[in-house]
Amino acid sequence: MSEVVRVEEVGFSYPVAEPRRGRPFALGGLSFTVAEGEILGVLGPNSAGKTTLIRLLTKILAPTRGTIEVDGSSIQDLSRAELARRIAVVPQDVPQGLPFTVEHLVLMGRYPHAPRRFFETAEDLAIARAAMAATGVLDLADTPVRTLSGGERQRVVLARALAQRPRLLILDEPTAHLDLRYQVECVALLRRVNREQGTTVLLVSHDLNLAGELCDRLLLLTDGRIARLGRPEDVLEEALLASVYGCAVAVEKSPATGRPVVQVSWPTGDGRAASPRV
Amino acid sequence: MTRVDRLVLVLGLLGVALLAAVILAVFVGSARLSPLAVIQALTGGAGAGSTESVVVLSLRLPRIAAAALAGGALAVAGVGFQALTRNPLAEPAVLGVSSGAAFGVVIAQLVGSGGAVVDTLKTTAFGFGGALVAGAAVYLIASVHGGFPVQTLLLSGVIVGIFFASAVTVVTSLVDINRLGGIVHWLLGNIAPLPGPSLLIFTGLAALGFTLIVSQARELNVLALGEEAALQLGVNAERLKLQVFVAAALLTSSVVAFSGPIGFVGLIVPHILRMLLGPDNRLLVPTAMVGGGIFLLLADTAARNVVAPAELSVGVITSFFGAPFFVYLLRTRRGVL
Repeated sequence: MSEVVRVEEVGFSYPVAEPRRGRPFALGGLSFTVAEGEILGVLGPNSAGKTTLIRLLTKILAPTRGTIEVDGSSIQDLSRAELARRIAVVPQDVPQGLPFTVEHLVLMGRYPHAPRRFFETAEDLAIARAAMAATGVLDLADTPVRTLSGGERQRVVLARALAQRPRLLILDEPTAHLDLRYQVECVALLRRVNREQGTTVLLVSHDLNLAGELCDRLLLLTDGRIARLGRPEDVLEEALLASVYGCAVAVEKSPATGRPVVQVSWPTGDGRAASPRV
Repeated sequence: MTRVDRLVLVLGLLGVALLAAVILAVFVGSARLSPLAVIQALTGGAGAGSTESVVVLSLRLPRIAAAALAGGALAVAGVGFQALTRNPLAEPAVLGVSSGAAFGVVIAQLVGSGGAVVDTLKTTAFGFGGALVAGAAVYLIASVHGGFPVQTLLLSGVIVGIFFASAVTVVTSLVDINRLGGIVHWLLGNIAPLPGPSLLIFTGLAALGFTLIVSQARELNVLALGEEAALQLGVNAERLKLQVFVAAALLTSSVVAFSGPIGFVGLIVPHILRMLLGPDNRLLVPTAMVGGGIFLLLADTAARNVVAPAELSVGVITSFFGAPFFVYLLRTRRGVL
């Protein structure tokens, strides 16, 4: 299987220490690949380096050491538009009060394919409409984005990313603002996009169970390093998670899918951890 | 209807409206000329040195051209500043950029004279420098984590504007007022009939500023998603911001150099167009050039005529309508582009 992304010995540190943290945050010695067609989950506690990793992959930040290759080309050698034709990002949300219609926003995904063009072509529109159909927002085409619900906005932003026709789709906490029903829809949608269009997915999430259910492999980050990279059942492991997250968890096998399910031991009133088994 | 069709249609309609405004402006004025006399002057039927010919060809037409250009430039600068700051209240005067340009122009008056064309270029260059300094100051004061909160941006603009307005006052107090011929009148914002070479330079600068902004209209749409998202969509956000900022400052300073600081055109015109056409900068920038021209031409025609034979400053008229409009926007559409 060929690889879409190769990250080799990548290191990065922010120039100035955040006063709160006391020392500058740094990523170190990051090496992994993303295989074509796979769904790779990136997990880790707050400030483990998940967002920094997205910024490195999309050239918002430049690594201080190491190389990042997409489809065999170093991303430092690619223009922003060339990179955006290969990697699309679905951010957590769009800015408040965005005045554009759904169709206009999705069409922006066509920008990197012809940055010098003033207006999109009929072909751009066809691709955008196909992307909107794939995420189920075609009937919202003329609706202003600011009037949408959180779940609808998420699907619109996903459609915009699909309109980029990327090799790799990066999702940043796609379910953070969604209620249960939309989370389920989101998972189904990602599966379908992955299977039908063969899109490779890098899913950054706080939700261990969502990632364990959806991903082929998981990358667990802690403190800027890789704690473990492997199949969900090898990464979602009680001892490892307890040391990375600093709290007791229990892992069971889902009877329905056979995938690992993580349960937190909530502290009781007297300060001791309750039994994780419900 | 595709966006191209819409743009062509709207530009066509605005073109007709501009023509109508030009016809109105050329026929009315404090010199009571009959419509027939105006037509004779236009067609060369009146003698070269006749009153009709001087009034129509040397006063009214050049002034109409200057008003239309200035209005278009200010409206396009407004669209540019609004897209950059993602704030519908941003505008050359509100941001203090006009005051910075005015200070530069006043300083230019103190530097020796070297013929009409050289003076025109010098004045514009100094105004451009002042506009850049004021704009950069507002940018640095107001930017918080890469964004511009509405209140911070407006306050910064007001403060920088007051600072440069004071600086202008200091200079005019220190210097013999005769060396700054007509400066008080100019500071209120007045469209003057420009001589041919000046009009040519003004046209060139306006065209340059317009081109620099309209060529980035699609990118400015993407920038509305935030800088990081724009970068991830392939937009070179740093270069985009610099180019549009410099172009908007150039448009503002050329208007200030030729007509003085005229406020609120860059606020009113883009807002009306946005209500009619939506948020797409590819439609807004070209239509703002024509729509701004119509607006300021009508305002200037009113300035020439409402208290004839005396004249109002066109800047007074735009502020008279602009200030309440600003309040309306602030109260109803805060933070929404």
